[in-house]
Amino acid sequence: MAEKLKLEVVTPKGAIVSKEVDIVTAPGYGGEFGVLANHAPFLSTIKIGVLTYKIGAQEETLMVSGGFCEVSNNKLTFLVESAERGADIDVDRAMRAKERAEKRLAEAQAQKEKLDRTRAEAALQRALSRLKVAERRKPS
Amino acid sequence: MPSLKDVKTKIGGVKKTSQITKAMNMVAAAKLRGAQQKMEDFRSYAEKFNAAMGNLSSAMDSGAFPLMEKREVKTVEILVVTSDRGLCGSFNANILKMTEKMIARLEAEGKKVSLVCVGKKSASYFRKTGKVRQRHVDLMGTFQMFNARAIAQDIAGNFLSGDSDEVRIVYGKFHSVAVQRPAEQMFLPIQPSAVAAAEAPAAASGAYIYEPSTEEIMEVLLPLYMNVMVYHAMLEVSASEHAARMTAMDNATSACKDIIHSLTLIYNKARQAGITAELMDIVGGAEALK
Repeated sequence: MAEKLKLEVVTPKGAIVSKEVDIVTAPGYGGEFGVLANHAPFLSTIKIGVLTYKIGAQEETLMVSGGFCEVSNNKLTFLVESAERGADIDVDRAMRAKERAEKRLAEAQAQKEKLDRTRAEAALQRALSRLKVAERRKPS
Repeated sequence: MPSLKDVKTKIGGVKKTSQITKAMNMVAAAKLRGAQQKMEDFRSYAEKFNAAMGNLSSAMDSGAFPLMEKREVKTVEILVVTSDRGLCGSFNANILKMTEKMIARLEAEGKKVSLVCVGKKSASYFRKTGKVRQRHVDLMGTFQMFNARAIAQDIAGNFLSGDSDEVRIVYGKFHSVAVQRPAEQMFLPIQPSAVAAAEAPAAASGAYIYEPSTEEIMEVLLPLYMNVMVYHAMLEVSASEHAARMTAMDNATSACKDIIHSLTLIYNKARQAGITAELMDIVGGAEALK
């Protein structure tokens, strides 16, 4: 087995993940990026989205919201405002949040309110990523 | 000498009070555990955050960001963080006193002062001074990161629009369960040296690849840094509040015990005096019949 990466996902509520993993894929500023062992030192902001990591053949997903990540010396640290595992996600609530956000987004667009619009967009992003994570969790 | 019945009622009353203070003590102890846990959970986040900030600020040229810009100080904004509730000894009073002194000092230097109050105690204390620009009350019980973000954004907005040239935080720092002291901290403009100095050893390990550019990352990180600061102050205050209340209520309970003790003494003395007087009466009556 190749070298491993130490992944840490830290939120204001404490560390969510602290594991040795093989590969991590995360929603970075410029789009998704993947990190393998021996990556060059790297620092990027993180958008709301889905973080995936693999240990061997086992794949896990997390929903993360804004923050940043740092890679150095085979250590990968994510500092995000919140992170949720698939099992912790309330699908119904995420569904409702999605609908609400879509509605608000439409309203904001109609009124050209910039602040409301960014807020609604963020809410929609969060809801969508939650749903995505929850879906992958399901053994279909 | 108070009558027997009066003393008895008083003892009953003090007993009830001690029951209440004891219950409050236990509630505060339970809440303190929660608040301390929250603080500990946050510590690793804050440490990692500071490390990253240190790395970053050593790599970039400061001064290019409005949040770090030093201006001639005309207006100072003070963020006062206290608890929402009282009955926690001198905890809030100490914070407020420190703020008062600070205001007096700044005004003596000819600077204007505006206040942002977090917690009901500071909001009501400073209400009549007319200096309060913004108040955030009723959130010390169940605050989250987004509460801190709203406060930080408001303060940043005010700073960026030039309505304040410097922002400081006054809050109750949690040293231990027995010791909480008011503390003051510079908030804005953000000083990169302070951030970098704290984390100098953690830096190094070569050049980083930054995505997007350092400048753009900083633009995201600086507001986040403010959130972290505000959230941290709120966590400290909520832990301190419960610790202070625990001590205060413990003192109150033992004071109640003392009072009950001395009242019981008075009660027994009065009772005994009554019995003696009655006996004398009877003996006196019997003597007279002989």
